[in-house]
Parts: sequence; C-alpha cells; structure tokens
Amino acid sequence: MPLDMELEAVLRPPALEMKPYPPKVITLANGKKMVVREAKREEVPTLLEAVHPTLFIPRDFYDIVGARLYAELLAWYRYRVRNEYCLVGQIDGYLVGIVNGRMVDEKVGMSYHTLAIDRGLRIGAHLFAAKMEHHIEYLGQSEVLIVAESPIGFRRWMIEYGLEPTEIQHELGGPDSYRLTREMYFDSKPRLVVGDRPAPRDLLDYALENVFVADEETINVKIAGLKGR
Amino acid sequence: MRDVAIIGVGMIPFGRRDEDSLMDLLAYASLKALDDAGLGDKSVNAVYVGNMGGGIIQHQTAIASSLVDRLSLLPAAAETVENGPASGGSAVKNGLLAVASGYYDYVLVVGGEKMREVTGWKATDFVSTMTHPEVEYPYGVTLPGMAGMFTRLYMEKYGVTREHLTAVAIKNQDMGALNPYAHVEMSISREGILDSPHSVVNNPPVADPLHLYDACPVSDGAAAVILCPLETAKKTGKPPVLIAGFGQATDTHTLQERDDPTDLKAVSLAAKQAFEMAKLKPADIHVAELHDAFTILEIAESEHVGFFKKGEGAIAALAGKTKLGGQIPINVSGGLKARGHPVGATGVAQVVEITFQLRHELPKNRQVKGAENGLTVNFGGFGNNVLAFVLRRVQQ
Repeated sequence: MPLDMELEAVLRPPALEMKPYPPKVITLANGKKMVVREAKREEVPTLLEAVHPTLFIPRDFYDIVGARLYAELLAWYRYRVRNEYCLVGQIDGYLVGIVNGRMVDEKVGMSYHTLAIDRGLRIGAHLFAAKMEHHIEYLGQSEVLIVAESPIGFRRWMIEYGLEPTEIQHELGGPDSYRLTREMYFDSKPRLVVGDRPAPRDLLDYALENVFVADEETINVKIAGLKGR
Repeated sequence: MRDVAIIGVGMIPFGRRDEDSLMDLLAYASLKALDDAGLGDKSVNAVYVGNMGGGIIQHQTAIASSLVDRLSLLPAAAETVENGPASGGSAVKNGLLAVASGYYDYVLVVGGEKMREVTGWKATDFVSTMTHPEVEYPYGVTLPGMAGMFTRLYMEKYGVTREHLTAVAIKNQDMGALNPYAHVEMSISREGILDSPHSVVNNPPVADPLHLYDACPVSDGAAAVILCPLETAKKTGKPPVLIAGFGQATDTHTLQERDDPTDLKAVSLAAKQAFEMAKLKPADIHVAELHDAFTILEIAESEHVGFFKKGEGAIAALAGKTKLGGQIPINVSGGLKARGHPVGATGVAQVVEITFQLRHELPKNRQVKGAENGLTVNFGGFGNNVLAFVLRRVQQ
C-alpha cells in the first residue's frame, strides 16, 4: 500500500542537521585495514542482514544488542527515530562492525549500540571510539550518554574512558547513564581514538561499492566459536 | 628404575569452551589419549590429573576421583596434582615416577583447566593466589604485574626492547595460526602491534612494558598422555617417545628475595637435571616448548636452559633463530601465547606437542624436520617451581 505522505509527515519526527562523519582507515593488529565510514540510510537492508544472525547468539549478550540494534536501524530506515546515525567498519568490503547513536539535541548525544561481528581485533573498541569522535568532534556535542549491556562493554567504555555516572535515565531503559564529556574525550583520545584521514581513495571506493555480509555460520563462529582472545 | 615411554597422546582445541564442563574437557582429552595408545580393553593402573583452579573456579575438588569414574577406569588409583601453572608438568612427573618405579605399568596423565567461565579479572585474581599471601597478594600483585617488573629489569640489564618481544609474539602467533589446537589461530603484524600509531589501541599496555600481545590468553583446554615401560611401548605400532630426562627445581616464593630477580635459577637447575639424566646437551635438542606465558619468558628461558648465552636470547629471537627452520625452533605450537594457557593443562600440552614432533606426525608447515630430541619447560609461580622434560624418539 502506498504511503499516505500527509499522514507520514505527522509520523516522521523532525530532524536536526547532522554533519557528516569523515571516513578513516585503521590498521588492525593483523595488519588488515578497516575502513570506518558513515552508513547511508539506503544501506540499512544490508546492515540488517549482518545483524540478523546475532539475534540468536546469547553469548556476551549479543542477542539483546543485536535485537535492539536491528530495531534501531529499522526505525532509522523508516523514519521513526530522530537524528540517528550509523557508522560501519569494513575489511575487504566485509562488514565487521556496526555502531549507532543519535543526537538528543544540539548538545547531548545518546550512544546506542556497538556490535563487533568479527572479534579479537579490538574492532568494537575502535568503532566505539569512532562513535565518540563523531559526537564530540564532528557533531560538536558537549557530552554523550552511555550504558553498557555486557560486562565487556562495561570494561571497554566505563573503565577505559573513565566515564562518570549520572542519574539520567538512558533511552535504552536500563540503568542510569554514564557520561563522556568533551574534556574526558580529549583526555582519552591519544590512547583510544586512532585512524588515518583522509581515507585512501582506493580503500574507500572499494568499501562503498562492495558491502559484503559473511554467511550466518561464519558470523556465529566469529562471535561465539572457540577461538579468538 | 625402568625407562618410561609415551604411547598415547590426546589434546582438544583450546579456547573458550562454554558448552563443556571441566570434567568434559578432562574426559575428552583422556579418551583421545587412550584411543591413541590403542590400549583396547586394557585399562590403566593409575590416573594423575593436573589442575590448579577446580576448587576455586568450579568449586569442585577431588577431580581425579570423579574422572576415573566418569571414564570407567575404576578401580585405578587416582590423584589430583596441584602445583600452580606447573600442575601439568608435576602430574607428568608423578606418572613417570610411578611407571619408572615398577609399581604401575599403564598410567594416564591429564591436565586441564576451565578458566573462561569467570571474568578476566577473576581469572587474573585466581592465578594470583599463587603469590605470597602476606607480602605480595594483599598488595595487588598479579602475574602480569610480576612479568612487567621482570621485563623492565631484563630490559635494563640485557638491552631487551619491545622490538625483541614483538618478534616472539609474531613468531608464536604465526605458528598458532597453523595449529588447530591453538586458542588464537591468528597471525599478527609488526605494523599492527608496534609500528603503526594505531597499535596504541590494538596492543595496549597490560603491565608496562608488556602489552596485550606479549601475554597469553585466558583459555579452557585439556591434554593427556599415556605412559608405560619403554619395553612395552616398543611392541606398539607407533614410534615410542622416551622420557629421557626430567628435572624439577624450586626458588624463593617472592621475587624480591632473589639475589638477582632476572636469574631464573629453577629453570636452569631443572633443565640441567633433565639434560644430565638424558645424557644430552642443549645443542642436541631439535625442538622446544618453553613456558611463554609472557614473551619475555620465552627469551629468558631460552637463555636459562642453555640454548643461548645470557643476554643473547632476544637477539636470537629477532634474528629468527627460534623459528621453524632456525637454529632451535621454540614453541612451534604457538606456545602459551597462541595455543593458550589453561594453567593445569599447559605442562601436559607441551609434552603432547613434543610427542607429535618426535613422531614426525605434524604437517610440513609445523614439523621440525627429523626431530629426534625435544625439551619442555613448565614454569610455576614466577619461576619458583619449574619442571623440565627431555623427550627422545626411540628408533624401532
């Protein structure tokens, strides 16, 4: 059924202007180059394919992170969430991680989810850092509100960045948010935020033109198999 | 005393084995070793289980008693051997002495640990329970912390640099990438962990000057061997591997009481005893499994067992002398660095790996060509209880 655009205009939230995230390239421990770039809305169906297998992986709370990320991306795709963005990591075209968040207003950012599809290479750590970089340096926000849904997330975000607890309810509905301020971000940046810009044209073009999703079994093994640190 | 040989070995892939209990791990490795030995309906007389953390992590004790029942090996004698990260080596020693004495003819030795069911912090704390209960543990000393201090001293005394440590890390990860039993089957690059500015995130400090890729992962896993008299072993189809020598030595519990904390006396003594018993010299060894819980330990142990002079182990590693095809291939399995370090399993896994090598069973990209003699070093505490074994291929 065609959309009733008159009604749709009511249902769709207004959006703030969001500055783009400039792509970068990170060299990983195994020497592979990961392109980190902002995903386009029309790429969401492909991203959902990559997220879908994680809905059934309970290890390390992947199922809850996957299910929520799936819904958040769908809401962004179909204009039911305000000011959302999504960054992706790609190695040789393959999607290896997805992060997202949104602007609550001009000053406050809301971190949503960090999903590493390939593990053991600190891809989650790199992509979370990219997300904070986007909020603070490119969207120009004063602070980002964050929660963790897994012990690994708690270690990576709350402890490694030294985040401060608040009494502000996070939008995910769980515990109160932790806060990353601009000052905390720039203090942490030298040891946690890396990447080369401008991204080499050949790597970026390849990533844009070739977005591959590993098969479900591969994703399962990478996330919940025996191997990896 | 009788000569003792290894007639069966078994190992399961190390890693994060969420679906398996500690008893499962021990049973799987044991069954593989029993199959490999081809014992048929003959049973074993005794079972020695190397395990450090069952009582703490799994809240389970008397593990050997449980295992013999699970494996239907009743009424075999059964004992659990706890000796910190040298538990596996100690279990092998107990099995060896039992057969050598003539008291038992067939002995199963299995080492195993399940460490990934607790957080990394709790695993580190559990391993730290081996430190001195009054002057180390209460002050927050951990094994990575000790290794960091040891590395700093080694750097100051012998000029070891991060470049040397990185050479060991890359070599062992490259070999681990070829070993299906390895926990971390992944090569790493010098650019990614040292040269690139991005390495600050990829390879963060864990205990300065040691970084993430200088340390072994926390792993689940198990390995097993079957021992019997050499004369019996000669009647089986596979090339018997003789335990030609062993040594064990201890040192002060705390590092600060040692005259020179960079001198790993127990490693030197254990290796010396093992070489003397085997009537071999370090130069006679064709392949070694050293206890590289941290990259610095592979370098230090390679000197203390006599492969290189003091201060030259790091240079040798950087020059590729410890790679497959080099002067003395060390940790061709990937070592603890890549295979993983389920603490109770490690000493047994080293013996299993050297047995594979001496039987010439490994694929070309991991086999030391024509290997006849091998060495293992299982390092307990921070070098306060060390076991060394010299294994020899027996010509039939």
